[in-house]
Amino acid sequence: MSEEHQDAVPEVDASDAAADAVAVTDDPTKAFSFSPEREKKYEEIVRRYPTRLSAIMPMLWLCQDEWGWLKPGVPEWVAARLEVPISRVYEIISFYTMYYTENPGTYNLQVCRNISCHMAGSGKITKHLCKKLGVGLNETDSEGRFRVEEVECLGACGMGPMMQVGKDFYEHLTEEKVDELIEQWRRDG
Amino acid sequence: MADCPKILSARFEEPDSHTLAVYESHGGYTALRKALTELDPDRVREEVKSAGLRGRGGAGFPTGVKWGFVPQNTGKKVYLLVNSDESEPGTFKDRYILDYDPHLMIEGAILSSFAIHSNDCFIYIRGEYGWLVDRVQAAVDEAYAKGYLGKNILGSGYDLEMIVHKGAGAYICGEETGLINSLEGRKGQPRIKPPFPAVVGFLDCPTIVNNVETVAAVPWIVNHGAAEYRKVGTEKSPGTKLFSLSGPVKRPGVYEVPLGLPLEDLIFGEDYGQGMRDGIELKACIPGGSSVPILTAEETLDVNLDYESLAEKGTMLGSGGCIVIGDDANMPELLKVLLRFYHHESCGQCTPCREGTGWLDELVGRLIDGRGRPNDLELIEKLCSGMAGLTICVLSDAAVMPTRSFIQKFRADFEALLPRTQQPEAYVPTTSAAELGRR
Ligand SMILES: Cc1cc2nc3c(=O)[nH]c(=O)nc-3n(C[C@H](O)[C@H](O)[C@H](O)COP(=O)(O)O)c2cc1C
Ligand code: SF4
Ligand code: FES
Repeated sequence: MSEEHQDAVPEVDASDAAADAVAVTDDPTKAFSFSPEREKKYEEIVRRYPTRLSAIMPMLWLCQDEWGWLKPGVPEWVAARLEVPISRVYEIISFYTMYYTENPGTYNLQVCRNISCHMAGSGKITKHLCKKLGVGLNETDSEGRFRVEEVECLGACGMGPMMQVGKDFYEHLTEEKVDELIEQWRRDG
Repeated sequence: MADCPKILSARFEEPDSHTLAVYESHGGYTALRKALTELDPDRVREEVKSAGLRGRGGAGFPTGVKWGFVPQNTGKKVYLLVNSDESEPGTFKDRYILDYDPHLMIEGAILSSFAIHSNDCFIYIRGEYGWLVDRVQAAVDEAYAKGYLGKNILGSGYDLEMIVHKGAGAYICGEETGLINSLEGRKGQPRIKPPFPAVVGFLDCPTIVNNVETVAAVPWIVNHGAAEYRKVGTEKSPGTKLFSLSGPVKRPGVYEVPLGLPLEDLIFGEDYGQGMRDGIELKACIPGGSSVPILTAEETLDVNLDYESLAEKGTMLGSGGCIVIGDDANMPELLKVLLRFYHHESCGQCTPCREGTGWLDELVGRLIDGRGRPNDLELIEKLCSGMAGLTICVLSDAAVMPTRSFIQKFRADFEALLPRTQQPEAYVPTTSAAELGRR
């Protein structure tokens, strides 16, 4: 099985991988650049990961940390810098749910809808959020600042209802608590 | 159980328990020192084998035995991948270890790597645990700085590289071969077994995948010996286990219990859940994470928390994600919530799973919406028999087990949704399937 996998992926041809980006800039590896600190992390990843392909995931995380999402051109840049086929980069972006190819808005409110949170009333929280922000599920509000999404179990089942916003978990939610949070975020801008 | 040693959770409530200083002040890394100076890899493996430690990721396979499957002297690298993908609904115990005692996991991972002659270890943490990735990375950096990781650890000549890898949201990457594919930079789709990862795994090298909690038990075993470990728990299920307790109990949380503890104690005991919240009666319990068969209230009060007792009741210990369900719950709705999850998480490689999870989700959804047909329960059973045991990984079975057991044990709740010419009492669904997000 794994050998078949290997066969399906021919040795990487960098010039091929970068073909798309060449049209826009002269050197596709220079289309974007990391902050010096992330550039250092990038070099560490390339040095430590056993193959270039295995470095795609951490590299995409670096990009997302740098820009908040994978803005247009970034996947091509990743392919060019890692010298991997662009198809392999898109394979990963499309399979995993946490890489964003659309700007998710400043505050992406991800409410867990799985069993324990459901019993604890997560449905009410989601409805309340949507109403308060005037959006439907998976929609961003008119100012492009808030988005409400339902997600599966986040490992906070004993503390539900809960939601994740960025790296942070907000647990034991009530309607009052989410109102306060939103007011706070609105003030913060 | 006052006399039960805290093997995994001793420092959970200690201030700054995540730091190396606190870990060392509690005797941290003495097991590593002992293993590197007094023992050899085979002795560590033998000790873990005789301790009877079983995998805490779900399958419960004996850890020392699994380590023994790694072929030696193949000229290939050997890898240890620590499975911190924790995504089984109802499970949040690995999170506690990573959050409150990351060095326990790290020391356990070093010892486990040593035992299988590995010099390369990855910690694969689910992407949603972003802050834990930072916390574990900080702990790994501390361990490198102190010489517990890297080249020539504590002057022993043993080298180990440890990389903290962040996942990106996919339940299926918790399945060991899905995790391997993910780490290779692919979709996290499981591989056909055999060959087993212990022989052909990451980059075609011998690979052991172990759960966080499994490796976290190893330092204690090395320090205290297999015989002491066996004094806790039962003959066939030795030691302690973390249970994640959720649902309408007074005190949900993560508790370390000696295996063999009555499930009733976990839910009602003073030291644990402290009983149901006021006004709610126990209706059912899913003892091992959402993928295992559900127990009725009666069964819940009559079973012990060990692999064998739970198997006798037709269910499994699984990940120890104990989901308590109260009499206010709507069983078809809860099943629908779970089926939506499996439908969403099926990786799509196998037709029975990809199509089957979708159809189960749809069928239970239409029952809830009052669009059911008279023989829908039979149709669901037919679907189930076409899904179980026929696929590359057991996600398909994981959708079938709750489905069958919910319908079998709470049949009246489902029958009430079937269209009849003479329906005794009209059933009013509390939530429509549309609201539950039919896909
Ligand atoms: C669909 C699926 C999801 C799984 N998710 C996890 C998980 O999140 N964490 C985990 O440790 N094991 C998970 N497992 C079990 C792993 O495949 C594997 O058995 C385990 O990591 C082995 O470690 P252990 O022997 O220490 O238990 C999952 C299995 C399946 C089929
Ligand atoms: S059983 Fe489902 S999740 Fe597992 S490999 Fe097949 S399609 Fe993927
Ligand atoms: S069910 Fe919501 S976090 Fe697990």
